[in-house]
Amino acid sequence: MKFRKTLMAVAAVATVFTASYAVAQQEQYVGLPSYRVGPFGASGAALYGGWIDYMNMINERDGGVNGVKLTWEECETEYNNARGVECYERMKNRGPTGNSVFQPLSTGITYSVLDRVAEDKIPMVTIGYGRTDAADGTVFPWVFPMISTYWNQASAIMNYIGQKEGGMENLKGKKIGLLYHDSAYGAESHAVMDRLAEMHGFSVQKIAVASPGNEQQAQWLQIRRERPDYVILWGWGVMNPTAIRTASRTGYPVDKIVGVWWSGAEEDVVPAGDAAKGYTAAGFNPAGTNFPVIQDIMTHVYAKNRGNMSDQSRVGSVLYNRGVVHGIIYVEAIRTAQENFGTGRPMTGEEMRWGFENLNIDEARLAALGADGFMPNLQITCEDHEGSGLLKFQQWDGEKWTVVSDWISGDRELVRSMIKDSAAAYAAEKGITPRDCSAQ
Amino acid sequence: MFYREAGQFKASYQNDQQIFPIRQDQIGFIALMGFLFLVVPFIANQYWLQAVLIPVLIFGLAALGLNILTGYAGQLSLGSAAFMAVGAFGTYNFMLRIDGIPFLVALLLGGLCAAAIGILFGLPSLRIKGFYLAVATLAAQFFIVWVLVKFGWFSNYSSSGVITAQHVNILGVDFRSPEMKYLLTLTVVVVMALLAKNMVRSSTGRKWMAVRDMDVAAEVIGIRLMRTKLQAFAISSFYCGVAGALYAYMYLGTVEPEGFNLDMSFRILFMIIIGGVGSIMGSFIGAAFIVLLPVFLNVAFHSTIGAYVPADLASNLELIIFGALIIFFLIVEPHGLARLWQLTKEKLRLWPFPH
Repeated sequence: MKFRKTLMAVAAVATVFTASYAVAQQEQYVGLPSYRVGPFGASGAALYGGWIDYMNMINERDGGVNGVKLTWEECETEYNNARGVECYERMKNRGPTGNSVFQPLSTGITYSVLDRVAEDKIPMVTIGYGRTDAADGTVFPWVFPMISTYWNQASAIMNYIGQKEGGMENLKGKKIGLLYHDSAYGAESHAVMDRLAEMHGFSVQKIAVASPGNEQQAQWLQIRRERPDYVILWGWGVMNPTAIRTASRTGYPVDKIVGVWWSGAEEDVVPAGDAAKGYTAAGFNPAGTNFPVIQDIMTHVYAKNRGNMSDQSRVGSVLYNRGVVHGIIYVEAIRTAQENFGTGRPMTGEEMRWGFENLNIDEARLAALGADGFMPNLQITCEDHEGSGLLKFQQWDGEKWTVVSDWISGDRELVRSMIKDSAAAYAAEKGITPRDCSAQ
Repeated sequence: MFYREAGQFKASYQNDQQIFPIRQDQIGFIALMGFLFLVVPFIANQYWLQAVLIPVLIFGLAALGLNILTGYAGQLSLGSAAFMAVGAFGTYNFMLRIDGIPFLVALLLGGLCAAAIGILFGLPSLRIKGFYLAVATLAAQFFIVWVLVKFGWFSNYSSSGVITAQHVNILGVDFRSPEMKYLLTLTVVVVMALLAKNMVRSSTGRKWMAVRDMDVAAEVIGIRLMRTKLQAFAISSFYCGVAGALYAYMYLGTVEPEGFNLDMSFRILFMIIIGGVGSIMGSFIGAAFIVLLPVFLNVAFHSTIGAYVPADLASNLELIIFGALIIFFLIVEPHGLARLWQLTKEKLRLWPFPH
């Protein structure tokens, strides 16, 4: 009896694992490797929530993309590499045409599936994180680190500081503190900052904060001693509010701190309280709900009580809006691919890749989407998988983020050449022959 | 009825000292190996091979490494993931810097690197014990990961500090498909598990257990403490190192030093606690439990109530159930799942006439 029960349980498990989901043919499937628990769970919930809400809105308002309904499924990764790989493998063949894009929101998982996406022909989109040199589309045809890479961001932050100082030439002799998360993510900033320092004649002081970064007394005492003109905060999670609080305790002016985009969400400043007033951070999407696209989500999704966020006040937060940006780019890629390969049917992974590679979201298109000023315009090519590289800077006034700059680009020439060198080294190590883009 | 050793006589010492003295166990083991080597590659799909079987085997090997140290030699360690990192980065550098080196040799050398580092961080075990030793190995965990991030040489100056595994080719056979990767992983794991099984019942293992049970008494009967403890550290780290290299080459392909963080060390420790401290099979059962149960819960939730409850609630429920199950098993069987298997075997010998 017991044995039979066990057998049945095993059989049940086996069916659950191998069950193929019956789906109608006119559906575009995407598997979302989300995380809603663990140290970064709050960020994951906001970003994937925004993305899902946007897809829901497209289904409700337009009936899908040219009649093709969007379907999705979530898989909890817990920000853990092994779980991410499991999710990738589980979802890659679901839906009528398989998974159409993989976006793990984790640099670790990005690396873990880097080889697999090329083999399985599934495009991977990593917006604002991931492997920087994957922006070279000739070596990494399947990876799209869109909008901006870390190197471009570092360069754009220096351009912003240069603007504040009244021109890049005024950076000569300045001291820049770089307070970074001591990990591969933080180390990404080093090479490009050294090059920029050489070009513009400022000096960089790199100060490491051990993960997770909830104790920074020593680092900020060092900063007080050295008195850098600006401090770039290259942080993550709990490190950000701690940095801002400790800065105010040690008397470093908060308006001289510039954060990266992973240091510039509500979650980073609200815990720091009043100390964060006047803090500036980079971002490729502003916060706020007064964009037509967010209003559409409100009327078509939340008014019908079908929203994904359990706390509706987080709609319009920086990370939520970043999720909506993901949704826009995804849907526009489907549209681009459909225009080329035939509307009214779901796209395969290869067709989706073409759609991402030929993506062109210009200002007119942004206005039509109701996203004017919501995200930078974006044009991807075969060689350049990054696109615009444009950032906006936002300042926290104690209540909300307000945009304080226009779209600012990094030093594209410098960053592109560094990306090219790094990708070429990777290609040599792996024995990859770069694609010839003129033949595409 | 079926599991009964009546009538099996051991006529020679050799017979008496086999790994599996009972004939049913021998048959069972051969059948299991036959199934894993000959049947699984043909019936399992990519998902099963790449997302289920390979990680369970690799984590099982890492747990086995920790079990040698903690379960048999009684030295608590929180640095298993760091030793895995040494193995992975060691193998990578041997493959990169020595032209044409066979993969298995690089794997062995990577494991030996981990063993050397293991001895180094095992030195404090001569003076400190128990939880204090765990803190010392915690230092290994942070120090090794820090070194791998800090010095670019280890990752061949990759801008983000990651290493990308080279293609594995043994005697002209390409190990690129999931089936081949699975077979290579399985071979390495089976060979090493059998070695471990033999080791723990030889004089080496008996010395470890003597030290574990009471080191003063062990010293009195002539066991050299330093040598025994460092040997346990070296062998344990070797196992972890090989598991780390397999993790990089057969499972993920590209790894970053942060992938081998404290979280992973804890996970390996939980595997042996759940599976059974001081049991070879327990390492694999524990690995299967810790790796697969969250996946199973996730799948089960999505196909049943996933459509009706918010996703954050479902994710948190999974964690709660996972935690509750761990507590449940620890209460029901504090000696681990392997002990359950042992009890089943003992009951089976009497079945169906228990009196």
